[in-house]
Amino acid sequence: MADPAVMTAGPAVHVHHELGFWRTYIFSTDHKMIGRQFLFLGLFMLIVGGALAMLMRWQLAWPETAVPGFGWVPEPYMVEGIIPPNTYNSLFTMHATIMIFFAVMPIMIGCFGNFLIPLMIGARDMAFPVLNMVSFWSGLLGGLVMLAGFFVPGGHAAGGWTAYAPLTAKAIYTGVDWGQNLWNISLIILGVSSMMGSINYITTVVNMRAPGMTWFRLPLVIWSLFITAILLLLALPVLTSALAMLLFDRNLGTHFFLPEGGGEPLLWQHLFWFFGHPEVYVLVLPAMGVTSDVLSTFSRKPIFGYRAMAFSMIAIAFLSWIVWGHHMFISGMNPLLGTAFMLSTMVIAVPSAIKTFNWLGTLWGGSIRFATPMLFALAFVSNFVIGGLSGIFMASTPVDIFIHDTYYIVAHFHYVVAGIIFAMFAAIYYWFPKIFGRKLNETLGKLHFWPTFIFFNGVFFPMHILGVGGMMRRIYNPLQYEFLQPLQPINVFITANAFLLGLVQILFVVNFVWSLIAGKPSERNPWQANTLEWAAPSPPPHGNWGEALPVVHGGPYEYSVPGMAEDYLPQNQSRRPSPTLAKRHGPSGGQVTA
Amino acid sequence: MVQGIVTAPALEEVALQVPEMPPILPPGSDNGDPPGWQPPRREPVVSNAVLGMLMFLAFETMFFAGLLGAFLVFRLSSTSWPPPGEPYLPIGVTWFNTGILVASAYSMRRAHRAIRDGSQAGLVHGLGLTALLGTTFLAVQGSEWIRLAHHGLTLQSGTYGATFYTLIGCHGVHVLAAVLWLATVWVLAARGWFSREWHGGIQLCKMYWMFVVGLWLVLFPSVYLM
Repeated sequence: MADPAVMTAGPAVHVHHELGFWRTYIFSTDHKMIGRQFLFLGLFMLIVGGALAMLMRWQLAWPETAVPGFGWVPEPYMVEGIIPPNTYNSLFTMHATIMIFFAVMPIMIGCFGNFLIPLMIGARDMAFPVLNMVSFWSGLLGGLVMLAGFFVPGGHAAGGWTAYAPLTAKAIYTGVDWGQNLWNISLIILGVSSMMGSINYITTVVNMRAPGMTWFRLPLVIWSLFITAILLLLALPVLTSALAMLLFDRNLGTHFFLPEGGGEPLLWQHLFWFFGHPEVYVLVLPAMGVTSDVLSTFSRKPIFGYRAMAFSMIAIAFLSWIVWGHHMFISGMNPLLGTAFMLSTMVIAVPSAIKTFNWLGTLWGGSIRFATPMLFALAFVSNFVIGGLSGIFMASTPVDIFIHDTYYIVAHFHYVVAGIIFAMFAAIYYWFPKIFGRKLNETLGKLHFWPTFIFFNGVFFPMHILGVGGMMRRIYNPLQYEFLQPLQPINVFITANAFLLGLVQILFVVNFVWSLIAGKPSERNPWQANTLEWAAPSPPPHGNWGEALPVVHGGPYEYSVPGMAEDYLPQNQSRRPSPTLAKRHGPSGGQVTA
Repeated sequence: MVQGIVTAPALEEVALQVPEMPPILPPGSDNGDPPGWQPPRREPVVSNAVLGMLMFLAFETMFFAGLLGAFLVFRLSSTSWPPPGEPYLPIGVTWFNTGILVASAYSMRRAHRAIRDGSQAGLVHGLGLTALLGTTFLAVQGSEWIRLAHHGLTLQSGTYGATFYTLIGCHGVHVLAAVLWLATVWVLAARGWFSREWHGGIQLCKMYWMFVVGLWLVLFPSVYLM
């Protein structure tokens, strides 16, 4: 592989030059602009996905009554404001699809991956800037194809985000024709988009770290994005192959998943979850990385167990490949196999607990600053603990067979996956000054945080009770069962909280837009943080570093070093080797000179 | 903004005594580098382009793993393969075709070696031969597909036809893409685009071609011989 002729063919150093409007803002190859584009795409889709959830909640609290203000929606989407069952099926399918693939992934991976990786490792841009641009534009195309599904005859995909065959393999089963086709095509496009992103992230982190930036000086958020990129690269193509087969079943008359032609419906479930479980960690790992960085910075303490944090993320990523069967305990699988999946799933609790306890260890004895990013990061940790613990319940087959496909599951995965939104807000509040050069308003931020945290728990905690009470996931009208009728007040309570949760997000939108235009200009390092991105101007110019690349002299979390005037020590600040280490390792101070 | 950086008074005193000194780190922290020390700029072990290509091939491998997994589910759970009434796959011709593809891998390797030794003519010759062999492979595959279709094997013929055409068809599309890439590189090579010092494009094309050939060496025994 080490062919000298190829090695010299790397990308040239980017020279700073003026670009026109189109090259700067639209067809930009600058990783920071692409990151911003992903942010706006993700936030827009977050609003769309949230609106779908609100409609769903209306139906669950006051089934088959007209949604106020929605009388204008034409049939067959709504009947005089009432949500019909097929529309309800589309609502939960598209809520999940949009939130997972077009809100969380573009923001956590697309935006922060693009923005942070070159800045935090001390590079000028990604390894393949043009590929990066194509990645965003194909992602946007995937999003448009997905949104187009709402406007085709038959409505949008209605087979759940898991698209279980044979329900989705024939148009007559759900009554959805082109909606499901567009759903498949959109996700295939997104698969290609994220492949290009992953290739970029991996290559950039491996090859383009600044001088002195060793692997174990990387901030944990970069570790998490690097591991996520590997997971995405290897998991999404499996989904792509399954999506192609499903598309063939629907349109070319094959019978991969249709039993009448010798097909195997369980094959879809295996392929889907072989992708699907790593995908869950694709969503949560960047959130864990963000949380680690924010907790350390605002505790003014080194992260507790840096290497354990990195290795436990690697362990989680590895284990995610061998647990997919826990989504299929009731599919009639061999109980012995089910037990194997149960054990592998429970093992994931170990690295997850290492991370959680290390977060607590980081907080312990710290000089905690309760700034908005810190509040959101703390909320992520506490919600993750609830979601993680309920995960252990579901991992055990005897319990899962009872609660499978109930609201207990909905509660669980919202505590982890929707809980990511807290890490997402933490990241936005934390890096907004670097991304846009202005600060978000702290007071509005805190006013946004507290109701969000309270109403979030108001929405998702009671769902545990509904689930144990037997309320099925994806049910259209819970009142049709007598045994669910006593639980209806809980549904009303959840819906009220959901509306309030949606309402307080207006504070964030106001804060975001106002700060973008008229926020206080930010200095380089508003949070007194160590990592490299804060050494660049806010916002960083094209090429990030001016004349010379930064040189890294130490780890990312050296806070409150004894004997220092400041309680932080930027990674690019030179430091003197410890005399203790010099005694132990000779005059070089034990430093690695290789 | 954030206020109140809590610092112990004792530490502040220490800091005041040595205001401009680089800090002394306690044992256990990252070993700091001395002031002014510049780490040597290391050349990456694998270049960006090659590493990116390897990642792309990993993606492709997982894509085919999904399709091959689906095939194996049906193949291993069936009692008779091909199912009654379905035609056998052409083994003899495909052995010949496999030979063609393996030969093309050899000619691709020779093309790459030629340019590494600075031989433009050897490169053009090797690339042309590889593209020709690839095209032959595609032509033989195509004619065999037409024959199979005449024998009644279609996408709709149960899982036997569906897995065959999907899996082998996806490989065929990849060979086609690789041949088009080869043709492009061949035209560029004929115009003297590559040299002993600058031939990264040839290496990437070779990696992709080797992947396509290697993939066939997995698919052929799985689909035709098993």
